Amino acid sequence: MSRVLPYPLLALALLVMWLSLTSFSPGQVLLGGGIAVAAARAMAALHPSKPRLRRWQLIPLLFGRVTLDIVRSNIAVSSIVLGLGRRERKSGFVPIPLELRDRTGLAILACIVTSTPGTAWIEYDPDSGVLLLHVLDLVEEKEWIDTIKYRYEALLLEIFE
Amino acid sequence: MTAAILLWSVSIAQAMLVIAMGCNAYRLIRGPRAQDRVLCLDAMYVIAMLLILTMGIRTGSAIYFEAALIIAVLGFASSVALAKFLMRGEVIE
Amino acid sequence: MSHAAELPVWAALLTSLLLLVGAGLTLLGAVGVLQFRSFFERVHAPTLGTSWGTGAIALASIVFFSSLGTRLVVHEVLIGVFITVTTPVTLMLLARAALHRERAEENPNVPSRAVMRRRGSAPAPEDGAGDAAGTPSS
Repeated sequence: MSRVLPYPLLALALLVMWLSLTSFSPGQVLLGGGIAVAAARAMAALHPSKPRLRRWQLIPLLFGRVTLDIVRSNIAVSSIVLGLGRRERKSGFVPIPLELRDRTGLAILACIVTSTPGTAWIEYDPDSGVLLLHVLDLVEEKEWIDTIKYRYEALLLEIFE
Repeated sequence: MTAAILLWSVSIAQAMLVIAMGCNAYRLIRGPRAQDRVLCLDAMYVIAMLLILTMGIRTGSAIYFEAALIIAVLGFASSVALAKFLMRGEVIE
Repeated sequence: MSHAAELPVWAALLTSLLLLVGAGLTLLGAVGVLQFRSFFERVHAPTLGTSWGTGAIALASIVFFSSLGTRLVVHEVLIGVFITVTTPVTLMLLARAALHRERAEENPNVPSRAVMRRRGSAPAPEDGAGDAAGTPSS
């Protein structure tokens, strides 16, 4: 199984995408299936590190939390742009020491942090595990360190390590 | 009635997207630095894609969707290449 | 827009609302790009358009075409997924490039490499011979 079709989920996702972009007919299923298998085998030739999902049940919780936070920070950044809440706004960099070492987990954390308006992932040092974050509305450094560490990192650690 | 509601909201949305594009174009010209210009170019790609999606709703045809997908893919590739160039001074190492 | 005449009222209202929300968020992001003072502040602005701006307009398209009944809905989900996955990659690369350029010019407004060491613990063994002795200054 693993030699013929190394990444079954990836191949299935590619096939579904192919069929949704074209139309459902036996010929398209055959063509899409061939491309999906070829792509999965090409992926295996790259030897990526296989992510180990330890507790995948937590993924919906993470997804819900991120969606909620993106809505919330969309509102926050919109009000900053509109100039509501008249007080002096200060932006700045926050260094955060991370425990997470799994590469897939770090990639997901990077996507979460950057796609949330108001925070941006700037740099990560794999030797020390320190992440440099830029925050648009920086009131208290501690608050952001706690948000990243307890709200996201703890959950990602449970999922991946 | 429903057609009127939809026509007005699509027109207003398109006007807002065009103004957004204008803001980004102004920043693209003003700069001040190369990274600002690349950031605006990337944002303009996304806004162009959204404009085409709204065009699809306006005309009710499915052809626009493919154009939107192609613009999204091209925008990603070109922005990544430009960011790489800013970092290293060359695109392919 | 004769094709929209057979659309149910709730679908038309929902599509309009989602379109206006999405376009409005994108416009706010663009105004932010114009308004913010430094590059690292401006990085935050386009994410308004790429997170819920794109999401809302894609949802509007899904609602519209599904209620018209002409085709399946998965198309716009593809655009949404693609934009949410690729935008962080672009912005991260761009932010790193900007940081690299600012450091190369020794701009005092960006944090130096020394920030990237773990606070509280002993400094990690140096791989370069740069600041082996004494406190790192740059």
